[in-house]
Amino acid sequence: MANNFYNEILTDHNLHPMHKHELSVCTCSRDGINPSCGDEIVLNLNIKNGIISDGSFTGNGCAVSQASADIMLDLVIGKSVDEAKRLHGLFMKMITDECSEEELEELDEAAALKDIAHMPARVKCAVLGWRTINEML
Amino acid sequence: MPHFDKRDFPVFEKYPDIAYLDNSATTQKPQQVINAVNRYYSEENANPLRGLYDLAVRATDVYEKARAAVRKFINADSAAEIVFTRNATESLNLVAYSYGRQNIREGDEILVTISEHHSNFLPWQILAKEKGAKLRFLKCTETGEYTAEMLKKALTPRTRIFAIAQISNVFGRLNPIKEFADICHENGTVIVCDGAQSVPHIPVDVNELGVDFLAFSGHKMLAPMGIGVLYGREELLEKMPPFLYGGEMIEYVTLCGATFAELPHKFEAGTVNAGGAAGLHAAIEYIGELGFGELEKRENALTRLLMNEAAALPHVHIIGSDDPDDHHGIVTFTVDDVHPHDAAAIFDESGVDVRAGHHCAQPLHKYLGVQSTVRASIAFYNDESDVHKFTECLKTLRRRMGYGE
Repeated sequence: MANNFYNEILTDHNLHPMHKHELSVCTCSRDGINPSCGDEIVLNLNIKNGIISDGSFTGNGCAVSQASADIMLDLVIGKSVDEAKRLHGLFMKMITDECSEEELEELDEAAALKDIAHMPARVKCAVLGWRTINEML
Repeated sequence: MPHFDKRDFPVFEKYPDIAYLDNSATTQKPQQVINAVNRYYSEENANPLRGLYDLAVRATDVYEKARAAVRKFINADSAAEIVFTRNATESLNLVAYSYGRQNIREGDEILVTISEHHSNFLPWQILAKEKGAKLRFLKCTETGEYTAEMLKKALTPRTRIFAIAQISNVFGRLNPIKEFADICHENGTVIVCDGAQSVPHIPVDVNELGVDFLAFSGHKMLAPMGIGVLYGREELLEKMPPFLYGGEMIEYVTLCGATFAELPHKFEAGTVNAGGAAGLHAAIEYIGELGFGELEKRENALTRLLMNEAAALPHVHIIGSDDPDDHHGIVTFTVDDVHPHDAAAIFDESGVDVRAGHHCAQPLHKYLGVQSTVRASIAFYNDESDVHKFTECLKTLRRRMGYGE
C-alpha cells in the first residue's frame, strides 16, 4: 500500500490552481504530454533579462500532474532561469528518493510530492510540469 | 459442494488485507500451480522434444500431457490444433503474421470490433498497412453490444478476417460468437476470437463455437506468466507457414532449404516453456475440480453485489450494460471529477487493487468519449469482504480528493 500522497496541498492545488489560465504576455510556450495518464499541459512563461517574471499553464489530466505544475509555478515565478534550473534538479533528485532535509525545505510545497517516488507509475505525472519547463529554459 | 479454499492462494496469506480486484489483468496463483512448476524444475527438467535419454522423455511427457489437457479443456478435435505460445498477444500475432500474410491481398478487408484489446487490433492494423488491405471497424451500441444484423451489414465479399473478443476486457459483455462464426463462414470470412477474458471464466468449446482461431493466456487463468495458447482449425494450420524459424520446428535442413515439423511443432520454434505448460496443466485441473458451475456462481454473485452498490452512488458511472449478468466479473467505471489514476492510487491506499487507464483499448475509449476509466475485475477466489472494501473506498473517493461528497 502506498503512502498517502493525496494530501491537502495536492488536492488544494488541483481544485484551486493559482496559475491555471492563459498568459497575455508570454515569451515562450510549450506542450507537455504524459501518455500513461493522458495528462496534457501547455506551459507559458514570460522571461525578461533572465528572470521568469510570470508564468501559467492550461490543460487537463490527473490531480498529480495538474497540482504539481501549479506548485512548480509558485516556486519559479520571480526566480532567475538558473535558479529554476537548479530547482528542477532538486525536484528530480527528490523524486528519485535521495534528497536531504535542507533540500526538501527549498522545494517548499513541491516536497508534498515526495512520496510519489514510491509509485513509479505516477512519477511521470509529477514531473510533467518540471520536465516541460526544463525544456524551455 | 466443490472444494474451494482461499488458503490455496499463498499471496493472500502473505497479504491478508488486500482486496485483489485486477483479475482481468492477471490472476493470482494457487499452491497447486506453483507446486507443478516447482516439480517440473526439480524432477522433470530437460530440453523436451529432442532428447534421447530418460529425463528428456519425461520432460516431453509433461509438456505433451499439458497440451492434451488444453485440447480437452476447450474441446478441440486434436492436440495438433493446440499451439503453445507466450500469451494471447503472441497467439494473435502468429495468426496475423502467418495466416494473414499468406492470405490477405491488396483491396481485401479486415473487420475488427471497436472494443478490441490492442493485441487483437494492432496486428491487423499493421497487416492491412503492409498488404494495402482495408481495416474496417464494427461499432458497438453504447452498452457494448454487437448483433448479428450489425455484423451482416459490415461484412462485404472482400472481408477475409473478422477479429473479435468473446468477452470484452472493458464491457465484460459476452459476444454471440457461435452466431457470428456461422455468419462469417457463409461469407467466406475467417473468424479470429480473442478468448483471453472468456476462457478463464466460462466453459469454452471451440467445436460448438465454430471459430477458426482462438487465443488465450495462461496467466489470466491461474497459470504462470509466459504460457499461452493458440487454437487453430487443423486444415488452416496445415497450410500456414511457420511464424518463427529456428530449432525444434524443422524436419530437415539443408544449406538452401528446410522442411518443417508437423503440427503443432511447426509453430513452436526454439526451446519451449515446459515449466509453464506444467503450470497451465495444473491450473486446468484446479478449475476442473472447482467446476465452472461453482466458479461462475461465485463470480456472478460478487459482480452483482459490486455493481449494485457502485450504481447506487451518485457520480459513479458504469460503462456498458446495467445488468450485472452481462459483465462477467468486469466492472469499468468513471467517477466525476476524479482522474482514474488518482482513483486507483486512493484505492491502493485502502488496500484495493484495481486497474486504471485505457485497458489497452484506446480506440474504444475515444469512441465512448472518455479519456480513461477505472476497472475492477473479479475472480472466484474473491469474497464479499473484498467487494465491501472496494465500495467503502469508492464512497470516499470524491471527498478524499477535496470534493464535497
